[in-house]
Amino acid sequence: MNRFMRLATPRYGGMLGLAAIIAVLPAFLPNSFYFDVVILVGLNAIVCIGLNLLVGYAGQISLGHAGFFGLGAYASAILTGNYGWPPVLALLAGAAGTGLLAFAVARPIMKLRGHYLAMGTLGLGIIISIVLTQEVDLTGGPDGMPVSGFSVLGWEPSGVLVWYWIVGGLLLLTVWLALNIVESPVGRALRAVHGSEAAAQTMGVDVVHYKVLVFVVSAVLASIAGSVFVHYIGFVTPSEAGFVHSIELITMVVLGGLASIYGAVVGAAILTTLPQLLTALHDYEMLGFGAIMMGVMIFMPKGLVPTVARLIRDRVR
Amino acid sequence: MFTEFLQFLLSGVTVGATYALVGVGFSIIYNASQVINFAQGEFVMLGGMMAWFLFERAGLPMPAAVPLAIAGTVLVGLALEKFAIEPARNASIVTLIIITIGASIFLRGGAQLVWGRDFHALPALSGDAPIDLSGVAVNPQSLWVMGCTVVVVILLHWFFSRTMTGRAMRAVAFNMLAAQLAGVNNRLILMFSFGLSAALGALAGVLIAPITLTYPDVGIMLGLKGFCAAILGGLGYPYGAIVGGLIVGISEAMTAGYVSSAYKDAVAFVIILMTLFFMPNGLFGRRGIERV
Repeated sequence: MNRFMRLATPRYGGMLGLAAIIAVLPAFLPNSFYFDVVILVGLNAIVCIGLNLLVGYAGQISLGHAGFFGLGAYASAILTGNYGWPPVLALLAGAAGTGLLAFAVARPIMKLRGHYLAMGTLGLGIIISIVLTQEVDLTGGPDGMPVSGFSVLGWEPSGVLVWYWIVGGLLLLTVWLALNIVESPVGRALRAVHGSEAAAQTMGVDVVHYKVLVFVVSAVLASIAGSVFVHYIGFVTPSEAGFVHSIELITMVVLGGLASIYGAVVGAAILTTLPQLLTALHDYEMLGFGAIMMGVMIFMPKGLVPTVARLIRDRVR
Repeated sequence: MFTEFLQFLLSGVTVGATYALVGVGFSIIYNASQVINFAQGEFVMLGGMMAWFLFERAGLPMPAAVPLAIAGTVLVGLALEKFAIEPARNASIVTLIIITIGASIFLRGGAQLVWGRDFHALPALSGDAPIDLSGVAVNPQSLWVMGCTVVVVILLHWFFSRTMTGRAMRAVAFNMLAAQLAGVNNRLILMFSFGLSAALGALAGVLIAPITLTYPDVGIMLGLKGFCAAILGGLGYPYGAIVGGLIVGISEAMTAGYVSSAYKDAVAFVIILMTLFFMPNGLFGRRGIERV
C-alpha cells in the first residue's frame, strides 16, 4: 500500500479529514450559540462511538447507555460540589466507578440475547435514572444540581472556544482509540461474535470476555462524556440519565450507520442539530422528528454513512 | 392489617391487568414478525385520548365513544404496519426497533398537536363511588378493568385455539416459512396482528384512563411496563405476558404500600433484571437454539 492509498483508509484519511473539519469549523461559526451546538455534537459523538463499538461491531444492543452518561455526570457533580474533589479526579473516579458497575453487571447482562438484552439494558438505565431522581439529598432530585466549572492544576477553561478545542481533542482521541480497537484482533473477535456467537466460540474466541470488554469500554466513554458535559453546562438533571436520552443515543448510532465510527459522528451531528432546526416548526416539532426518524430508517435501513459510501463507490466504478 | 393488604392487592391486580393487555399486544406482534413494537404504549394513549375526545368534546354517549376509540386506534395500528413496518420488512432488528420508536414519537407529537399537552379525565364507566367489601374500598372501575381483562383472555384463548385465523397466527409464530408453504398469508397475518394489538392497547387505555388520567406521554411508562410483562412471561407467550403483567402490577402496589412509593416505578425493572439474570428467556420462554 503506497502512501497515497493510505490516505483513503478510514484510519489515516478519515482522521485527517475529521481533524481538518475540527480545525477550520470555528471560522464558520458566527456566534456562541453555534459553538454550543457543535460542542454538544462532539460530546454526543464520543458516547455514540463507544455505543457503536457495542451495538454495531459486537452486535449487542443497549437501550440504557444514558444511565452511564448520567453516572459520570453525577459523579463529577457530587464529588466536586459536595466533597470538594478536583474535577479531573472526580472525572476519573466517575469513569472508574461506572466501569466497575458495568463490569459487575456485564456478565449476566451479556448472556441475554436480542430483545431480552434490549429489555435488560433498558431496565438498568431506568433503574439508574430513578435512583438519581429519588436520592434527593445527594443529587438534588428531579430539579437537578449546579456544577462548578472545570479546572486542571489551577487552569480553568472558560468561553466556548476553549471548550470547543477540549471537546474536539477528546473526540479525535476517541476516534483514534476506536479505530485501533476495530482494526486490532479485538475488533476481529467482536465482528466474529456479531456474525455468530456459536461459530466464534468454536473458533476459540472467548465470546463472554470480548462482550464484557466492549460493554465496559462503551460505558466508560459515556461516563467521561457525561463528566465533561456537566462541567461545560454547569448544571445536571436526572433526564441526562433517562430513557429518552438512551433512545436518542441509540438512534444516533443506527441513523449514522451501524459498525461505522464516522457514522456515529454523523448521526450525533444530525440528531443534535435537527431539533434546533425543527424548533422553527413549533408544534410540529415532535411530529417532524418522528417522521424523519422513520423515513431515514425505512429508506436507508443500514444508516446514512454506509448507504452514502456505497452510492459513491458504485458511482466511481 | 389484612384489609390493607387486600387493598394493595386490588390496586396491583387492576394496574397489572392493564400491563397484561399491553404485554399480550407485544407478544402478538412479536409472534407475527419478530418485531418489538415500541409504539405499543402509544396505542394505550390513543385509546384513552380518543375516548375522552369523543365523549367530552364530540358529546357521544360512552357506549359509542369507547368502540369508536378502539376502532380508531386499530386504524392507526394498521397504518403503522402498512406504511412503516411493511416497507422495512428485511431490515435488521435494531433498525425495526428504531422505526417503531420513531413511530411512537410521531404519534405522541400528533396527539399533542390535536389534543394539547394537558391531562384529561375520562369519567369512570359506572361512577366512582367506591363499593365497600368488608373494609376494602373497591373502585368500580377496577372491576371493569379486571372483568374486561378476563373476558379478553377467554376470547383470545378461543380465538387462538378454535378459529382458522388464530391457528394460522400460531403457525406463523412457530415457523413462518412452513406456515407460508401450508398456504397461510403471512402479510395478512402481520396486518391482523397489528390491528389486534392496537385494539388490546386501546382497550387498556380506555379502561385505565379514569384511574390514571390520560395525556400524550401516558403511553411511555405503560408501554415499558407492558414490555416488562411480555419479557417476564417469555416473549411470544401471550399467556406468559398475562402472568407477567400481574406479577409486575402486584409487586409495584406492594412496594408502593409497604416500602417506598418513590421507588414504585423501579420495581418492574428490578424484577425483570433479577429474572433475566437467572432465567435469560423469561419465566415460560424456551431456550433459543442458534443455527450456525
